[in-house]
Amino acid sequence: MSIAGLVRANLTRNKKRTFLTVASVIVAFFLFGLLRSVITTLDAAAEVGSEARLVTLNASGLTFPMPEAHANRLAGFDGVRSVTWSNWFGGYYQDPQDYFAQFAIKADTWLPMYSEVRIVAGDADAFLRERTAALVGVGLLEKYGWEVGQTVTLQGTFFAGDWDFNIRAAYVPEDPSFGDENMYFHYEYLYERNPNVVTPGWFILQLDQPERAAEIAAAIDDLFRNSSAPTETQTERAFQAGFVTMWGNIGFLVTVLGTAVFFAILFVAANTMMMAVRERIGEIAVLKTLGFTDGKLAGMVIAESVAITLVGGALGLLLARGALSGGNPLQSFFPGLAVTGGTFLLGLTLALALGLITGAIPAWQSARLSVAGALRRIG
Amino acid sequence: MSSPASEAASAERGASPRPALVQISGLSKSYRRGSETIHVFDDVDLEMHDGEFLALMGPSGSGKSTLLNIIAGLDTPDKGSVVVGGEDVTRMKARRLAAWRATHIGFVFQFYNLLPVLTAAQNVELPLLLTRLSKADRRRHVMTALEVVGLTDRAEHFPKQLSGGQQQRVGIARAIVSDPTIILADEPTGDLDASSGDEILTLLERLNAEFSKTILIVTHDAHAAERAQATMHLDKGELVR
Ligand SMILES: Nc1ncnc2c1ncn2[C@@H]1O[C@H](COP(=O)(O)OP(=O)(O)O)[C@@H](O)[C@H]1O
Ligand SMILES: [Mg+2]
Repeated sequence: MSIAGLVRANLTRNKKRTFLTVASVIVAFFLFGLLRSVITTLDAAAEVGSEARLVTLNASGLTFPMPEAHANRLAGFDGVRSVTWSNWFGGYYQDPQDYFAQFAIKADTWLPMYSEVRIVAGDADAFLRERTAALVGVGLLEKYGWEVGQTVTLQGTFFAGDWDFNIRAAYVPEDPSFGDENMYFHYEYLYERNPNVVTPGWFILQLDQPERAAEIAAAIDDLFRNSSAPTETQTERAFQAGFVTMWGNIGFLVTVLGTAVFFAILFVAANTMMMAVRERIGEIAVLKTLGFTDGKLAGMVIAESVAITLVGGALGLLLARGALSGGNPLQSFFPGLAVTGGTFLLGLTLALALGLITGAIPAWQSARLSVAGALRRIG
Repeated sequence: MSSPASEAASAERGASPRPALVQISGLSKSYRRGSETIHVFDDVDLEMHDGEFLALMGPSGSGKSTLLNIIAGLDTPDKGSVVVGGEDVTRMKARRLAAWRATHIGFVFQFYNLLPVLTAAQNVELPLLLTRLSKADRRRHVMTALEVVGLTDRAEHFPKQLSGGQQQRVGIARAIVSDPTIILADEPTGDLDASSGDEILTLLERLNAEFSKTILIVTHDAHAAERAQATMHLDKGELVR
């Protein structure tokens, strides 16, 4: 036996309790892994756009209309190579719970601008020619078992009614975080059916020189400041970060949830450790009598709690990775959702911290335990 | 070996050929309980020589355990000094004291106080975890100690698989495994039936006779005390030999 063996023996003393504590830590770090991955994936998604693109939207927010006439004025800007626009559709296919992103795009200018969208089935011309045509990510085709050439009917939400689309092309994103479960169709189709309400959602500007992005963005917003629709111009990267979180501040929510879970588990684990040490007061006194120093005994308690949280943390994170590795329903909102190495590292660091914190109080208690007093209590 | 009586006498004459192993002088201890102060003992002196086997008797609450704890450096006196092997225990810092205890004190408890999660051998090995001994050497020491107490065949048993007397023998093996300077036993037979208690006393006697262990045993039982070379009485704060 060794000191480590003694720590191990203490861990197996009450197997059920150790198991339950490890299980609660596993659950916590499983959740942590999932939630944290949502954040990192959002961040990654936000980095898809190159600085070579700017997005101009209504300064009042994404849901406020932009006059189509802005397009021409934006195109005339020094340093702007081309302009296109896009709109959020927000429909669903059969199951309203089953969300994926659909965009109404100004296809003739959008497609040339988005070189990272590679058409792999059907063809771009067929998509461009037909008013009700749709361009669909291969992931989405697979998900619903759709095929190029098929007509699918989506239910609108903001734009009510049934919407028929003919799938004319399928794409694979050159960059996986662009997502392959998006659907694009013609802005004109959306406009025709709702001419009084539909305007471009946001303009996308391709720049000649990425390094001038900030300067051009400021100039554009200056120009429209006193117009009927003041603008806010940002890099596409920043826009996407905001866009994916338009339903609420997901990052914030996730952080709050994660923190709450962390502290809940902290209390559970700390309580367990305190119980474990309290019922061992006599043994700790005996070990002190044998010459174990306060520091050594405190270290053993800490080692015990760190072992619990590290094992639980590692297993929880591995579980989260497993859960996210296959196809998952969050894929269309958070393309490429996965537990990153950074999340693993952060998770294990947190697990270590959790172990140190939960072990600290009982470690301190056992260090300052008076042997004479404790031995009196046990006889 | 000279008889304890003649040794005590020579100590009194100040003609002892060697200094006492344990030299307690002017020891006082009191506890405060709220506003009340309990004087456990006052100005107690005690000498123990190498190889002595002494018994300490006294009514319950007279301070026997307190005295033992102070000798082991587990409790601190209000006044006085406890010099063991030339070092004053009462002046040592906690860290130093722990190391000192590991090498000089073997403690035997009334309720054995074995760790339930460890086997007999592992319990005996505990003090050796604080040494630099190799695993093989530790094992050898453990088996030797278990052999002395006659329990080699129970090495892999857990405490709950052993009788009280056997557990106490494991407790004694743990106390002697690191070959300490002095063995302190606080009512080691207090929880045992007469015959098991007798075995334990015989074992302690043997440790003293065969291995020249210095032993201080606290007991209630006059029969038990008779096994020692001399008996001291602690009563109403005074120690008489
Ligand atoms: N930690 C303590 N706090 C208060 N009183 C104590 C403490 N330890 C011992 N005492 C008191 O000191 C006296 C001696 O106790 P103890 O040494 O255990 O006696 P014995 O071992 O002879 O039965 C008792 O009156 C006991 O109540
Ligand atoms: Mg006592």
